[in-house]
Amino acid sequence: MMLKIWNWLKNFYHKMGSPKWFYDISGRWLPWLTAVSVLLIGVAVVWGLVFAPEDFRQGNSYRIIFIHVPAAFLAQFGYILMAVAGIVSLVWKMKMADVALKCTAPIGASFCFIALVTGAIWGKPTWGAWWVWDARLTSMLILLFLYLGVIALQSAIENRITAAKAGAILSIVGVINIPIIKYSVEWWNTLHQPATLKITEKSTMAPEMLIPLLLSVFGFYCLFTLMLLMRMRNDILENERRTRWVRNILMEQT
Amino acid sequence: MNEFINWLYMDGHGPYVWSAYGISAVVVLFNVVSPLLKRKELVNQFDRQLRREKTQSSL
Repeated sequence: MMLKIWNWLKNFYHKMGSPKWFYDISGRWLPWLTAVSVLLIGVAVVWGLVFAPEDFRQGNSYRIIFIHVPAAFLAQFGYILMAVAGIVSLVWKMKMADVALKCTAPIGASFCFIALVTGAIWGKPTWGAWWVWDARLTSMLILLFLYLGVIALQSAIENRITAAKAGAILSIVGVINIPIIKYSVEWWNTLHQPATLKITEKSTMAPEMLIPLLLSVFGFYCLFTLMLLMRMRNDILENERRTRWVRNILMEQT
Repeated sequence: MNEFINWLYMDGHGPYVWSAYGISAVVVLFNVVSPLLKRKELVNQFDRQLRREKTQSSL
């Protein structure tokens, strides 16, 4: 049994390394990912803006949570993904890992930007300030700079292999910031409220707010995957444009 | 109608909530549209290359 699972995993890993296999299978996922993300985010946003009750302490401003929390999750998830891809790239020299790392950076940066901006807008009516140099906010700002650093490194270095290596190293080193973000609200006395969603304990949020939040989180994860696959597929077409299978695909499009 | 305006206003928090949702929508849309445009550009690029190859081989 264990051997079977191991072999399946090994097989999957080898297939993942093949751009053609990745391109074919991701093409089949795209319509489903689009449908699920539109549906989940649509329901969550309408529920959150129209039907969810007002928060008894914060009033209506808390409705920003339905974007702020998923965006902050994805900003951190994206960086962890880059670090994992970076390790795979450095250790096994897998080409697809480089593509994944390079394509995740701008998407992760976008979600980090959304988390910071929606947080600032939420902070104004709640704390009376757009920005405070609090541990959670500062570590998220550092995350944005790390993303921008990876993007800048990738575009500044001409040689593709060197650029991939530099991006991988910065991703792996920078991942140390992720636990700092996570525990910042516990280690330091911060203005930022503690986590709303917890894996090990029951959330303190009322279900009529919690359900749309969870829907939104799942919807945004699907959207993130969709954006990443779209970018990766473009990168594959560009890198493999001289191969017969890519020429055939492009031939059908023109 | 009044109810709708009250909902938009959100007891004064409307501008905050709507600007947060609006900015996020723009960033998300950009991340969906830009790879679509990039794909179109790749296809066009290939199209031009194909035509070049054709004229070269006919010479």
